Amino acid sequence: MFDDRTPIYRQIADEIRHQILTGGLAAGDQVMSTTQYSTFHRINPATVAKAFQQLVDEDLLEKRRGIGMFVSEGAADRLRTRRRAAFVDDVVGPMMAEARRLGIATDDVLDAIRAVASTTAAAHTVTAGDQP
Amino acid sequence: MTFPIATSPTSSGQTSTTPSGGFVVETSGLHVHFGRVRAIDDLSMRVAGGTICGILGRNGAGKSTLLSTIAAFRRPTSGRIEVDGDAPFENARLMSEICLVRESGDFEKGTTVGQVLELGEALRPRWDAGFAERLVERFALPRRMKAGKLSRGQRAALAVTVGLASRAPLTMLDEPHLGMDAPSRYAFYEELLADYAEHPRTILLSTHHIEEVASILEDVVIIHRGRVLMHRSAEDLRSEGVELTGPAEAVDAVTEGLRTLSERHLGRTKSVVVFEPFDGDRARRATEAGIDVGPIPLQDLFVHLTSDTNDATSNNGDTSDETRS
Repeated sequence: MFDDRTPIYRQIADEIRHQILTGGLAAGDQVMSTTQYSTFHRINPATVAKAFQQLVDEDLLEKRRGIGMFVSEGAADRLRTRRRAAFVDDVVGPMMAEARRLGIATDDVLDAIRAVASTTAAAHTVTAGDQP
Repeated sequence: MTFPIATSPTSSGQTSTTPSGGFVVETSGLHVHFGRVRAIDDLSMRVAGGTICGILGRNGAGKSTLLSTIAAFRRPTSGRIEVDGDAPFENARLMSEICLVRESGDFEKGTTVGQVLELGEALRPRWDAGFAERLVERFALPRRMKAGKLSRGQRAALAVTVGLASRAPLTMLDEPHLGMDAPSRYAFYEELLADYAEHPRTILLSTHHIEEVASILEDVVIIHRGRVLMHRSAEDLRSEGVELTGPAEAVDAVTEGLRTLSERHLGRTKSVVVFEPFDGDRARRATEAGIDVGPIPLQDLFVHLTSDTNDATSNNGDTSDETRS
């Protein structure tokens, strides 16, 4: 369930971020309680609390006293903006480093990107009907 | 932490020193000797109230002696123990409020499961009979069977049932899951966490099977040769041990002056376990030099820390850990 190489609180925070980004958790939605998370994943509640605190600090969750944790207004947009800003560093940089190691020319990488983009775009048009 | 705070005051009616609902446990300069054997040899630690704390150590490290001394089963040779501010030995107030269950369960052979529960109800002021009943059902314990006839796993499940249903502000479980099968162990972890959230208390859990319980712990105390080798939050331990793997020269360059626990070689590749926070600049330099930086499992860290070849390194500069609050 958890990989044992990464702090668990970070894995929980990632899981919630992913749900926010993909719409699984919308603004105003209540997140499972500390106790629910703790017993479901069999982890210490302090670990869950630490994950929640990190997401509160990032303006993604807000605590309503005595009720629980809720997804902040605009959380998905904030997350998307940050991810876009980090996209070159996180994704493109490592990809080009790997291309260099393998001796793939930049033009060939660009061709590959266009090819992948056109197939995913086609796939996207098929499923687009489901999107709001 | 965000869960409800226990409303029950301590039995003496005094204000509890632990608002989080659980006794603080403190030892200083504790010694427990058996003849010439120093089972506990100058052990000092402080466990915060209301935490689930793992007492980890190799076989013979002193875990069981420590727990049974805290539970006042025996008198310390010297040094001090305080539970909720008082010495537990021959202390009437603390006796019913400290619960230690050992792997064997300490049950009379001729006592039935049902009688064990009745005894728990009679001795433990915070006993929850309904909860005990639910645990007995969940562990499928035969109520009329005598303790002597139970399998090892059933005996362990009964011990855990007594430990949890007692709701003692200091609950100690000594190798509780030995002999339990995987479904029972999972049931135990779930019941422990759910009940702990409702009724916060201090729980000391001794084990040498670390990986499975690591995630339910908030704090970890590693005992080695009767002393505290290390006391950290479980999450800190997880993020402080890292393994660096890469070209030998590059690895040597980034680990120079750092505390290393082990080294392995494979051709020109070198792998080093470092026990220091490894992030920011250091991590960036390492990655740029083609070194793979990965955290290591708690169990591996434990093996490295308690291996006898590491005594010299481990005992250096770690005295501050013992005073961590």
